[in-house]
This record gives sequence, structure tokens and C-alpha cells, in this order.
Amino acid sequence: MTTSPVFLPEPSAASCSNPPILRERGQREVFCGLTGIMWLHRKIQDAFFLIVGSRTCAHLMQSAAGVMIFAEPRFATAIIEERDLAGIADANEELDRVVMRLLERRPDIRLLFLVGSCPSEVIKLDLSRAAKRLSERVAPAVRVLNYSGSGIETTFTQGEDACLAALVPSLAAAPADAPESLLVVGVLADAVEDQFRRIFADIGIPHVDFLPARKAGAMPGIGPNTRYLLAQPFLGETARLIEGRGGQRIAAPFPLGAEGAAGWIHAAGATFGIAPAVIDAAIAAPLERARKAVSRYRDMLAGRRIFFFPDSQLEVPIARFLHRELGMELVEVGTPYFHKEHLAADLAMLPAGTAFSEGQDVDRQIERCRKAAPDIVVCGLGLANPLEAEGMTTKWAIELVFTPIQGFEQAGDLAELFARPLNRRARLEV
Amino acid sequence: MQLTVWTYEGPPHVGAMRIATAMRDLHYVLHAPQGDTYADLLFTMIERRSKRPPVTYTTFQARDLGGDTAALFQTACHEAYERFKPKAMIVGASCTGELIQDDPAGLAKASGLPIPVIPLELPSYQKKENWGAAETFYQIVRHLAGPHALPPNAARPVRAAGEKPRCNLLGPTALGFRHRDDVRAISGLLERMGIAINVTAPWEASPADIARLGNADFNVVLYPEIAGPAAQWLKRSFGQPIVSTVPIGVGATRDFITEVARLAEIDPAPFLKAEESRLPWYSRSVDSTYLTGKRVFIFGDATHAIAAARVAREELGFEVVGLGTYSREFARDVREAAARHGIEALITDDYLEVEAKVAELQPELVLGTQMERHIAKRLGVPCAVISAPVHVQDFPARYSPQMGFEGADVLFDTWVHPLMMGLEEHLLGMFRDDFEFHDGAAPSHLGHASRAPARAAEPVIEVAVPAMAEAGSAEVAVEEGPTGWAPEAEQELRKIPFFVRGKARRNTESFADQRGIRLITVETLYDAKAHFGR
Repeated sequence: MTTSPVFLPEPSAASCSNPPILRERGQREVFCGLTGIMWLHRKIQDAFFLIVGSRTCAHLMQSAAGVMIFAEPRFATAIIEERDLAGIADANEELDRVVMRLLERRPDIRLLFLVGSCPSEVIKLDLSRAAKRLSERVAPAVRVLNYSGSGIETTFTQGEDACLAALVPSLAAAPADAPESLLVVGVLADAVEDQFRRIFADIGIPHVDFLPARKAGAMPGIGPNTRYLLAQPFLGETARLIEGRGGQRIAAPFPLGAEGAAGWIHAAGATFGIAPAVIDAAIAAPLERARKAVSRYRDMLAGRRIFFFPDSQLEVPIARFLHRELGMELVEVGTPYFHKEHLAADLAMLPAGTAFSEGQDVDRQIERCRKAAPDIVVCGLGLANPLEAEGMTTKWAIELVFTPIQGFEQAGDLAELFARPLNRRARLEV
Repeated sequence: MQLTVWTYEGPPHVGAMRIATAMRDLHYVLHAPQGDTYADLLFTMIERRSKRPPVTYTTFQARDLGGDTAALFQTACHEAYERFKPKAMIVGASCTGELIQDDPAGLAKASGLPIPVIPLELPSYQKKENWGAAETFYQIVRHLAGPHALPPNAARPVRAAGEKPRCNLLGPTALGFRHRDDVRAISGLLERMGIAINVTAPWEASPADIARLGNADFNVVLYPEIAGPAAQWLKRSFGQPIVSTVPIGVGATRDFITEVARLAEIDPAPFLKAEESRLPWYSRSVDSTYLTGKRVFIFGDATHAIAAARVAREELGFEVVGLGTYSREFARDVREAAARHGIEALITDDYLEVEAKVAELQPELVLGTQMERHIAKRLGVPCAVISAPVHVQDFPARYSPQMGFEGADVLFDTWVHPLMMGLEEHLLGMFRDDFEFHDGAAPSHLGHASRAPARAAEPVIEVAVPAMAEAGSAEVAVEEGPTGWAPEAEQELRKIPFFVRGKARRNTESFADQRGIRLITVETLYDAKAHFGR
């Protein structure tokens, strides 16, 4: 662990800025992008997500949640039936009927996403036209947008990318002579967002927006003076579209762990011309708290070997955190998709020779994992119990997406997520 | 298109997975995109299985669609065979795989694998999980046992003298509601009756076991939703009669013993005498008096719902006020059962309709699935789970069957537990304003933490689901209706326990209506009470 806050450290000779990557193509064991709706529908409080898909999509949504969220969730599935496929019913008319019924039932909805699925993509149901058509009918009370969460195009967290990318064109244009402003992109837990907001205010960045906002009517404007900071490493398409509207990315490590959070804040501060000393002073207390919280788990995790199956695309920054702040050894860092540019700062902090893999052939990867016999395996829910039964210790990857882990105050929680399975194993005597 | 929030059943290929996962030495190659792999977690997390389901997903992506997805499928078949060395393979497509029309059946046939390859046609846009499980089991049985079928019109060979009667136990699958424990309960019962179990399937059966299904004298169908079509085919092909009674409850278990004994040509009397359940005595115990006429709403798969209705009425003395199923294939059976209880069956797979019905009927107990558990929680009505769809809680560590006499004991405990005990219920009626003993108070043995927000429940429905307001809330209708309530009568009505208040309100209003009474007074309320009884 470093002793002073870092800001984009110079890649050392021993780092891996441009590492070799094992690319695999075979059976995958990952969620599709629809799963992102689980957290997106809670984040944007007046948005509704209507999946246009099959019974499988609906079943995924209720099974993947692990528990059914019965507080009338703000998502649903319009299940395509035989009559829609056979042309007996016009799929577009059917969709309009379903949407109108839904909006009648839920007058509180201001933003409706039509979410494409594998079946709707394969039958080429044009949801962007449907969204335009429906928008005209229900505007101005409700805005209708669309994106695809299909498993033939998106993996797990890419669903959030697709959703935010759909929002970008609808954001208001900030005037060209507007002052420079900061936009944080990516869903963060509300409490984490509030923490960052306070820190940015403390260091003197006057105006900070978050995308997505908590309300449909409060989405930020963007323009050539927007400087944006990614809060999540899986937002490639959203970033591309923001740049298309003039926004400029602030290169930074992702705000995971004490070091990541410090690097992230420093990168933003530097962009706005704030002296590093001012930033250091503003974050000194939370940084110290984060280090203290993380250090509690160092004894348990240092020297332990970790293996990542691909899941959330958070693997690289989390691996960086576990390696640098907790002293863990990285056996394999698997990720569904490797965005080298966005991950540059995190990669620069990883040791040379780290084994990366992209994509998946699950049976081969399980073989590698067995052979490597790591101390802890990060994997999806389908694999966790079978690997535990083989004697491995696992951490469910999905918890990393459903738990607030970003920022100083959560750095200890993030470490604890990895310590807990080892701790549990140590306690059990049966 | 059907607007759906929660579903009772998954798609048909999940039904096929339940069969494949229950069996040994069988592998399922599924033409499907990556997202469909979520289904693995149903088995590894909900059922806590220690092995991955034996399923290979071809994992085609958008960029493959213009190219050769068929080759991808064939490669997946070959690699799965090499890696897992199954004794038989089932192949098919998920909903998306079906749309790209690669013909898995033809491709698998052409693949030249040295094992039986059984193609599945599971129309994802018409059918659902249980149908998919039934069709898959039927296809496996037909393909693997078919070569051993009797020649047309041949009679079953007679059992050798001194040989035990033999039966198959059909229907238990992975991810079934208590299938694991029902198999143990019924196997034990049959063995005590001196009947050998030839094969239990699909539960832990291998393809070789399926091939010898014909060696049994008759078939016991535990779950008609799953084993019905296969058992019918076995009856036609091997002349094996079917035990049609599902042994849930004391009465049904007795009927089951009698029916089995008849087919096995043995005397049931000693077993009816020897086998015991505590349920009959517990139900006759004076402590259970308070269960009399409790209004119960039942919803689940057809088998469990019909069985629960019988147990509820005949063995616990409840009144069945609602009975329904999401198993459309068995709608007729459920309608007939409902008619026996003098009610109309609710056949739907829309949980909002079920919720509206529960709200309308205001039962004192709901017996349902995990969906009804949530509905009941919201409405503040006690609930016990009797059927799939399942949740991790439905796989208890302890032995907890639904079938046989031990199962009947489990039913008694599980259904009575959520209710308020007799004396407590009386006290609640007597001292309504007690700050701890108020309206929505949960049974004290369940602790205050689990208290259901009974009073809040009604407005929640009205706000969240406006479309349901007409159906769901009698209170709204009343204020607009022709008959009004005097304030003192309203006050008096509130002294009636919340779970029967809706019924009292409706009864009083119809009583007033029939007599042309425009204003309901305290007098009217008690006149109506005297008129209707409890």
C-alpha cells in the first residue's frame, strides 16, 4: 500500500499497461444485459423498464434477483407469444396496447424504457421506432426510450451501458459558453453519490452532475464544456456518445479502494485546476479512514491467491485494489470485455505478467481454476456452490454489483466481501 | 403479448433442465445465447445442488447469426460428449434458439454420436415449464424404453410365483416442491407393503434405468403434471396400469394404499392399520376447535391445489373459499374439484388476478406458492406454501415430505403454525383496543418482528394497482353505493377482527340491500350477524 495519495502513477517497468490477453470463445456462464434492470429500476425512481421478450426473460428477472422484489417493481416483461410471431397479431399494435395499459396503471411513471431482448432482436422488432411512436402518443407526461439488454449483444453490466447510452441523446445541450462542469457517469448507490458530492464541493468543484439522475426530469445537460468521470468500468458506448456531444473524459483509476478513490478525486481536481495540496487536505480524513478499514483485512487476505471468472467487468479495478491494498496474488483476471482505454490507469498499477482472460469457455476455465487451486474464486451464482463442493472458497460476483463498494467509506466493505468467505471457512468445523 | 411481472412457470426448456438435472449420465445440449445460463443458478442456488446442471449452452452471439450457428451447435454436441461422456443426450433450443431455426434434431442426428440422441421440440412461445418437463420425460421414456415395448396386443408376462410385485415411481424432478422427501416417504411406504421399486424416474435414474421401466407391474405417478404423458405411453406400450391417487393427506394416502394393494394383488388392511399419522388425533384434539370453518384460499399447481383442498376440508375442518391453479393443462380437474367445494375455480397465470381474488375473498389462511406468500404478506393474511414455484426456503435441511402419513403430519404443522391460536384469537376479539393486541397483531408465537402490516395492506393495493381497486376493495365501492353506514355502525364494525371484517361488511350490506335499508345502524349490523351466523 502506498503512503501518499496517488494520481495516475507512472507505469513502472514492472507494470502491465499492454498485457497479453487470453481470448476465449465457448460456453459462457454469465448473465445478459437485462439483469442491469435490477439496480437501474431502483436508481431512477420514476422510470419503468418494459422488457420486450420471452417467458425466459421474465423468469430470469425473478430468478436472478434471488428474492422477488414484491414492492411492485418498476419493471415487467411483455411476453411475445405465438400469435405475435405468426403474424396473427401485429406485434407493434400489441406492444402499444401493453404500454398504454401499463401507463394507465402506473401514472407515476415519467420515463419508460423499452428493453430489447434476444427474441426481439432476432425477429427484428424495431423498438426504436416503437419508442418514437409511443413517445408521440404519451408526451409530454412520459418519455419513451429504448435499448437492448439482449444476451446476444450484451453481458450483464453492459445492460447499464446500453441504458445510459440510450439516455445520452435525450440529454439537454449545455450552451457552448457554459462554464466547465463535472459529470459523473455510472450508477452509484445514493449514499455513495452523496459522499462524492460532498468531497467535490469540499475541493471546490462548483457544479457536479450524476448520470443517471434519480429522477427522469433531473437528467443533466451536456456539451463541449462537460468533463466526465466514469464511475464504472463498463460504460464504453455511453462514453463514446458523450464524446460525440463534446464531453471529454477525465482519465482516472476507478474509485475502488482507498487508492482508487483518491486517484479518481485527484484526476477530477486536476482537470478543474485545483491544487493537489487542496485535494489532499480535503480527502485526508476519509482516506485515512479507508486505509484503516482496509488494513483490518490485510492479515487475512495478504498472500492469498485469487482467481476471477468473468462477470461484471469490475474485475480489473477490483484486482488492482486487492493486489495493491491487500497484497493478494492474482492468478487469473477474467473479464467479459476488456476496455483497455478506460482501464489504462488501473492496468498501469497491476504487476507485469498478470494473467488476463477475455470472454469465456467455461469448462476450460474451470479446468485452469482447478489446476491453479486458488485460495478464493470470484464467480457467478451458477458456479459458486459446485466449486465450493469441490473444496474451493468462492465469492459471488453479483454481490459486487449489488453492494455499495465505491469510494473511501466503502473501501473496508469491499475488502470485507473477500475476507468473509475465508472467515466463514475458518469458523466452520463441520 | 402478455404483460407479466412475475411468472408461476419458467419456459419449457427449464422444464427439460429439471428432468436432465434429476437424472444421471444424461446431458442436455441447448441451442441458446449466453444469458440463458442464468437457469443454472436455479439448481445450484435455490436447490443448493453441489453440481452444475448437465447442460451445455451453445452461447451464440449476434455476430454469429449471419454465419454458421448450426456448426456451433454441432461442435457443442461433440465437445459435450467428449467432456462428459454421457450415456444419452437430449438436444433442443431455448426461445431464441427456436427462432433461428437451425433444426437441432436433424443436426444431432447427423452428428453420429455413439449414444442415443433424443431431440426435443419445446415450443417456447406457446408452452411453459411443466409442459416442457412432461414432454421431455415422455420423449426420453419413449426413445429409451420404446425398443423394449411389448408387441401389439401382447399381454404382460405374468409375475413368477413368490416374486415381489414391482412398480415404478414416476415424476420427481430437480427443483420440485419437496420431491426429494416425497420419494423417500413413498418409497418407504411401498417397501413396507412388500412392493419392490423397479425404477424411480427421472429422479436419479440413468438412461439404462429408463430402458427397463417396462419390467414393473404398474406405475405410481407422484406428479401428474410431469409424469402423466409418460405413464400413459407406458400403459399403452407395456400394459402397466397407473396408480392415479396422489397420496397427499391422510385420506388420500389411505386411498393410495388401497389402490396400490389392488394392483399388487395384496390385502391393504394390515397396512391401513399399521401406518399411522398424528393428523387425525391432532385435528380431533379440542385445542383444534378454533380451526373449524376457517376460510382458506388455495392456489398452486393442480396436483397440490386439489389435494390441499381435500385435506383442508376433510382433515382440518376448514372451509375452502377459493381454489385455483396456474396449470392450464389441468384446468378441468381443478374445476371439478372446485365444484365439489361449491365454488368456481380460478384458472390463471396472472398473479395480479390471484391477488385480486384473495383481496376479494378475505380468507383467514392462504395455501399457495411463493407468489401467494407475498400476496398474503401484503394483505396481512397468514399463509403456508404448498406448491412450486419454489424458493430456497422450500428446500429445508430436515426431512419434510408432503406425501404419505409423515407428509400429512408435516401439512398439519405447516398449515396450523401461521394461524393465531384459539384463546389468543378470542382475546383479540374481546379487547380490541389493547395497544399490543390491536388489529394487525401477528400471532404472538410468531413474534412481533414478523407482524404483517395488515391495515396498510389495503391502501397499498389501491395505490400501486389502480386497476384492481374495483375488484380488490369492498370499502371503496361501499362509499359510492346506495347503502350508507351510520358512524356508530362503522365504529362497531371496526371491533370485528380484521380478517373477517370484509366478510361482515359485505354480509351486512347485502342484508340491508335485500331489505331496502338505506342506513346501516348498529342494529342492522347485529341483525345481519344473527341472520348469517358466524
